[in-house]
Amino acid sequence: MNHPLLQVRDLRVDFGRHTALRDVSFDLFRSETMALVGESGSGKSTLARAILRLVGAAQGRVEFMGLDLLRIPASQLRAQRRNLQIVFQDPLASLDPRMSVGEAIAEPLRIFEPTLTAAERSRRVAAMLERVGLSAGLAGRYPHEFSGGQCQRIGIARAMVLHPSLLICDEAVSSLDVSIQGQILNLLLDLQREAGMTMLFITHNLAVARQLSHRVMVMYLGRLVEIASCDALFAAPVHPYTRALLAAVPQIPPLAAAAPAARGERAVPDVTASGCAFRDRCPYALRVCETTDPPLLEVAPGQWAACHRSHETLNPLS
Amino acid sequence: MVATLRIDELSVSFAHRTGTAAAVDGVSLCIAPAECVGVVGESGSGKTQLFLAVMGLAGNAKVSGSIRFQGEELLGAAAPAINRVRGSKLTMMFQDPMTSLTPHLSIGTQLAEVVVCHLGRSWGEARIAAGRMLERVRIPEPQRRLNQYPHELSGGMRQRVMLAMSLLCEPALVIADEPTSALDVTIQAQIIGLLRAVRGEAGTALALISHDLAVVAGLADRILVMYAGRIVEHGAAAELFRQPRHPYTAGLLECVPSLSGPRLARLPTLAGQPPRPGEALQGCSFAPRCPRAADRCRSERPVLTGASTRQVACHFPLA
Amino acid sequence: MRGFAGGALERLRANPAAVLALGVIFAVVVTALLGPWLNPNDTHTIDWLHVAARPGLQSAHWFGTDRLGRDLYARTLAGARVSMAIGLVASILSVVVGVSYGAISGYLGGRIDQAMMRVIEIFSGLPLIFFVILLTVIFGRSESLLFISIGAVGWLTMARIVRGQALSIRRQDFIAAAVASGAGAGRIIARHVVPNVIGPVIVYATLTVPQIMLFESFLSFLGLGIQEPGASLGTLIAEGVGEMEAAPWMLAVPGSLLAVLLLCLNILGDGLRDALDVREG
Repeated sequence: MNHPLLQVRDLRVDFGRHTALRDVSFDLFRSETMALVGESGSGKSTLARAILRLVGAAQGRVEFMGLDLLRIPASQLRAQRRNLQIVFQDPLASLDPRMSVGEAIAEPLRIFEPTLTAAERSRRVAAMLERVGLSAGLAGRYPHEFSGGQCQRIGIARAMVLHPSLLICDEAVSSLDVSIQGQILNLLLDLQREAGMTMLFITHNLAVARQLSHRVMVMYLGRLVEIASCDALFAAPVHPYTRALLAAVPQIPPLAAAAPAARGERAVPDVTASGCAFRDRCPYALRVCETTDPPLLEVAPGQWAACHRSHETLNPLS
Repeated sequence: MVATLRIDELSVSFAHRTGTAAAVDGVSLCIAPAECVGVVGESGSGKTQLFLAVMGLAGNAKVSGSIRFQGEELLGAAAPAINRVRGSKLTMMFQDPMTSLTPHLSIGTQLAEVVVCHLGRSWGEARIAAGRMLERVRIPEPQRRLNQYPHELSGGMRQRVMLAMSLLCEPALVIADEPTSALDVTIQAQIIGLLRAVRGEAGTALALISHDLAVVAGLADRILVMYAGRIVEHGAAAELFRQPRHPYTAGLLECVPSLSGPRLARLPTLAGQPPRPGEALQGCSFAPRCPRAADRCRSERPVLTGASTRQVACHFPLA
Repeated sequence: MRGFAGGALERLRANPAAVLALGVIFAVVVTALLGPWLNPNDTHTIDWLHVAARPGLQSAHWFGTDRLGRDLYARTLAGARVSMAIGLVASILSVVVGVSYGAISGYLGGRIDQAMMRVIEIFSGLPLIFFVILLTVIFGRSESLLFISIGAVGWLTMARIVRGQALSIRRQDFIAAAVASGAGAGRIIARHVVPNVIGPVIVYATLTVPQIMLFESFLSFLGLGIQEPGASLGTLIAEGVGEMEAAPWMLAVPGSLLAVLLLCLNILGDGLRDALDVREG
């Protein structure tokens, strides 16, 4: 088993009284695509930002290439940033409206390769634009002149120009039209394959996650509830929330019967409450679920679930 | 039997720096009583502008054509006539539950207001009716919600309130504009189930606008596919999904990743991007992206042809 | 910044009041700079034959003369030059200081921001005229004192405005993207925050110029600013007030010029705000 590229341990992020992330631990291996799925309030975007130290973590470790990103001094962190990049959800908002797209893509080059001449920089920018499917001549244009899909390509170009080892995509295709999503996803797949890059793909769309990933993590209200290989998760989900999520996705042609989905609404997480965060909505909840927080345990090789009944749910539940 | 909604050659255009842009271009459609029609399209398709024009909410756009609701012409009608119909017999649910409810009025007040204005009842009776409607939309703790404010409710609950508001006066047609797009998947499933149940009970017609084909698949009897301001295909839902005839519909269906199909090395895509509103196009607006496009497609605009229940606007339709 | 500036210019051109105001300001500036060549009189030569003479296009003194027989046309234009120069220079200084201060304070946030805002609040709270009078009593009248007091005032609101903008900009995704790209605070403030606050800055700068001119005029009117034989519109107005009944043109000429300049600058400022506020797309 190769050493993981990224190791997150016991990560916790608080925003005042509200805990956005709790006890998050996982490994990310080289060249794999890990999908991170969850609904709003699950903490998936917060996790991405915490890994990059764009928000502060209350506790935990994020080990990347032997360094704990949360503890190294700011200058060292900045130096590491060339290896860890992110593509944001809103393509237009992630580009500075007052900078041409060529300048936006060139900025990482200016920061990390300041010895490049202007000509060399332009060449690299042009090559990157072509690589993401845009004409090099568009470098002088401004973000508002492009469509959403094109802006996302520019965001990807900027993230890839330094060939990072890890790319985090935070809902990178969620605000794009369906007919454009495939284009961007294919681009990401191609780039990843070419560079052997590791990708953490955050999405609320399970079908997209299924097409793209090797492994999948599921989050609910700031906790990791299941980690499994893609095939295993979609064929035989263990955690009741994962099952509810899969059952809720509308399909073409529509499914006839409804499997036990999640009841009610997502509760506002209470820091002082004990027990499993999903218990109010879980059709399989027991007394123990109200008192004890289930730990994330390996229930089968490579499959982890945080559920008191996980040993049962591998077989059909009554 | 008179159609609940009948639209003929409706066009909605906006004045632009460089001319006019047509958001909706000559659309005709019919919604029968108690029918659920799904209107599917991506950005720039005009699906939302179409129904905003029906509701008279098109702003300073230029609207031409005919909109007949239960036989009465709405376009150009006097304000009192429109207001009698709008909000009572013809209602709309908007996409963003956060901004569609008035923030400083309680839920009970907003619901009761509809009843008082349209049905002329007293405030006391109206509040009782509001409470009953909240029960019908299966909102948890309905009596408590009456005194709460929009910011105290979650997105899913606000959408239920919007639905309640739309149903209060027993409308003939409810227009739901992307009712689940801003909601989580698990909540979305609940709202779709709710819409299905309520439709069955109330016998209202429903116009469901969405970019999500799967959401529409679960609810609609008939589906209209829009592209660049025009209807490119329509037909019964099951048939349209099984055998799409327009290359755009077929392409769109392929592009939607599924949970059950095989995992692919590359995802199917449609080349290019939808035209921006106002881009004047000669011939078929889909031709630049169509794998089957021929010269005729680029010069001659296709019109909707076929049986009245199954039409497609394409020179070279599939199958 | 082609996309940004081009659209803004178009919208400004379409605003007749702003275009007219710009034209008037331009005309005044040109006249103030070239005026001396049009008229043989200078600002301090005393014409003993025409003391307190009425204005008239036929006479040698188009705007008349003042109590000492100095040509009012030349003096008014000289006064306009001084007032506008002070307005311009002080505005530029206030923009530079205010923008830097506000951008740094707003972007860094937290305790640094709180401390920097306290400084601004202290300065804002000072009763400025008393402050200036106190300094004058201690150090005597001087032009550098004028600059210091104007400088102490000019940058405050600019800093506040820029800070407010910076506070909202720093939450945007493109700032997070810049941080994720490894940019340090300095680069982000200079290359991402400041260019995105330019809109309100330009508008406010155009409104600061008349404010400063008025403040300078007021100080000079009180006798705290420009000294004889130098002239600013303020000192000319002060002299004119004394002669209001006997020689009203001594007040009317510099007074109306100041009023016209201030009005046009304000109209231009409003027009710029309308032109720059509209978002693209």
